[in-house]
Amino acid sequence: MWLLEIEDLSVSIGSKQVLKNFNLRINRGETHALFGPNGTGKTTLLNVIAGIPRYTVDAGRIMFKGKDITHMSMDERARLGIGMAFQRPPAIRGLRLKDLIKIINPKADATAILKKMDFEAFAERDVNRGFSGGEVKRSEMVQLLAQQPDFVMLDEPDSGVDLENIKLIGEAINSLTQKDQRPSSRTKSGVIITHFGHILDYMKADRAHVMLGGAIVCSGNPGEILEQIKRSGYEGCAGCSTCPV
Amino acid sequence: MQHVSGIEDKAKAARKKKAVYGTDVDLESYESEAKPQEIVADAEDLPSVVRKAALDVGVKLDSESSGAYVQMDQTPVVAKSLYEGVEIMDMASALEKYDFLQDYWWKLVAPDADKYTADVASAPPAGYFIRAKKGMKTVFPVKSCLYLGSTDLNQRVHNVIIAEEGSELHVITGCTTPAHVQRGLHIGVSEFFIQKDARVSFTMVHSWGKEVEVRPRTGITIAEGGSLSNNYILLKPVKTLQTFPTATLAGRGAVASFNTVIYSTMGNIDVGSNVNLNAAETSAESISRVVSVGGEVIARGRMTGRVPGARAHLECVGLLLSDKGRIYSIPELDGQSRDLDMSHEAAVGRISEEELEYLMSRGLNSEEATSVIVRGFLDVEIKGLPEDLKQEIKNITQREDLKGAP
Repeated sequence: MWLLEIEDLSVSIGSKQVLKNFNLRINRGETHALFGPNGTGKTTLLNVIAGIPRYTVDAGRIMFKGKDITHMSMDERARLGIGMAFQRPPAIRGLRLKDLIKIINPKADATAILKKMDFEAFAERDVNRGFSGGEVKRSEMVQLLAQQPDFVMLDEPDSGVDLENIKLIGEAINSLTQKDQRPSSRTKSGVIITHFGHILDYMKADRAHVMLGGAIVCSGNPGEILEQIKRSGYEGCAGCSTCPV
Repeated sequence: MQHVSGIEDKAKAARKKKAVYGTDVDLESYESEAKPQEIVADAEDLPSVVRKAALDVGVKLDSESSGAYVQMDQTPVVAKSLYEGVEIMDMASALEKYDFLQDYWWKLVAPDADKYTADVASAPPAGYFIRAKKGMKTVFPVKSCLYLGSTDLNQRVHNVIIAEEGSELHVITGCTTPAHVQRGLHIGVSEFFIQKDARVSFTMVHSWGKEVEVRPRTGITIAEGGSLSNNYILLKPVKTLQTFPTATLAGRGAVASFNTVIYSTMGNIDVGSNVNLNAAETSAESISRVVSVGGEVIARGRMTGRVPGARAHLECVGLLLSDKGRIYSIPELDGQSRDLDMSHEAAVGRISEEELEYLMSRGLNSEEATSVIVRGFLDVEIKGLPEDLKQEIKNITQREDLKGAP
């Protein structure tokens, strides 16, 4: 059984169709990377899997752990094991980061998690309030490390992050997706959106896909696909015959 | 004394004068006589029901303090200082002892301001007199509790605080009524004199009953270099409440900051602050956070700048979470001089969908996420308070029962 299986999913916002007959399968223990130009539906895909209610699913379904989650509420999906690092999360006034960690998971070791992300100084700060771009990303990782989802979605976790912290974030993603364990014993999975692929120098992705116009046009080895994009752009991927879809 | 009879005459003339704001209270429908309560030597000797009620409004009578004042109905039952730098007396004794008090008595609140001040002026004086002596600083707060324990009573209180030159004083006052009191009225007149370079924080926590009406009347004057941090918290139901404390920044560099936190479930609440910036380099800030899941809240703020260079900022933010509620935000800026820097920010709205979804993506259900956001919204950062008072306020505003729905 696949951990995540998306079948012929069509999604729109208002009158605009964003995903068209979209298909994707992710196994337990696998981490996939998503490439593609802006506006091609990558963030929408993640938001729809997370269950953000602004989108309309016109056709198809999303299966997670064998359950049809297409119309499940966000919090039910989260409790089922789906986690998300947002690209631009909101700030929450009056909610301290260390308190949020405890709310997300009362058993989490907040001190250890904050230390791991070199984020102890932010424990007493309001969540994301006045944080820089890179700090927001570390705040997201801290929360996910507390949540320990079985399937983690990362929407540009490397944007606005300096080199030193990209390494830290890469390590956190490896830990969330159990890349520190033997492949056969991994059960956690992930999907990551990245534009430049720098983060892939610090974390392991098993497979990559290129999205264009709301659908996957090419899938394969992350390194090879990145090379292909650098060589001939995203459009080159559309007609690529070397990587089988 | 001629002076006193002047007050009485004014009070008599204003006996039927309605207040500018708030619903009108029928004073005749309340009793003004109450059974005298037993006077005790220490706050620890108070009945446990009173100590418990005080605790619920943030007044820990058994922890470290500079002193305590407790009034049950009309009787001051404890007035005791525990620190030589602070004097605490019941008002009647203080007026008897100090002739100089005539220069402060009814000087910041007019006895004929409205029928409520007139009513207090015509009653025997009860309330606290707190004086921080010149240059004496204390971080331990003076703890006071005004306890309205009899049904249908009109509890009257008249307080005077004097912070002498260079002193530092922190006061927390909890005003409360036990559940068995069906109906009541509390009128509190307060006059605060903050003298040169004195620093005062005054924190008031209210917890009333569903049939209790409340009319505080407060006047404050702040001299050169003096500062006030005034914090007001009301999170429990009340029938009607109206207050509009007025502070005058009279000396160069005086500073006032008002923080108001309201969680409304019912009734009619009309609160605000009024600051006159009358001297050079004065500054004032007023922040109010209102959550309504029912009931009407009028949040006022008025700043009047009368000299060049005065700085004032008003912030009235409201979260309206029910069709049964109303939040009416009225920020007013009155500039009467050149070179002023006055601003305001007002917003009334709902909880941001984005914040709600964010927390739900972490596994909180909609109700839990709403409560977390509401409690965060009410968690106002208050500067200039001792750590334990800050913690006390935090404990009160972070109670689990403050939700997004009644």
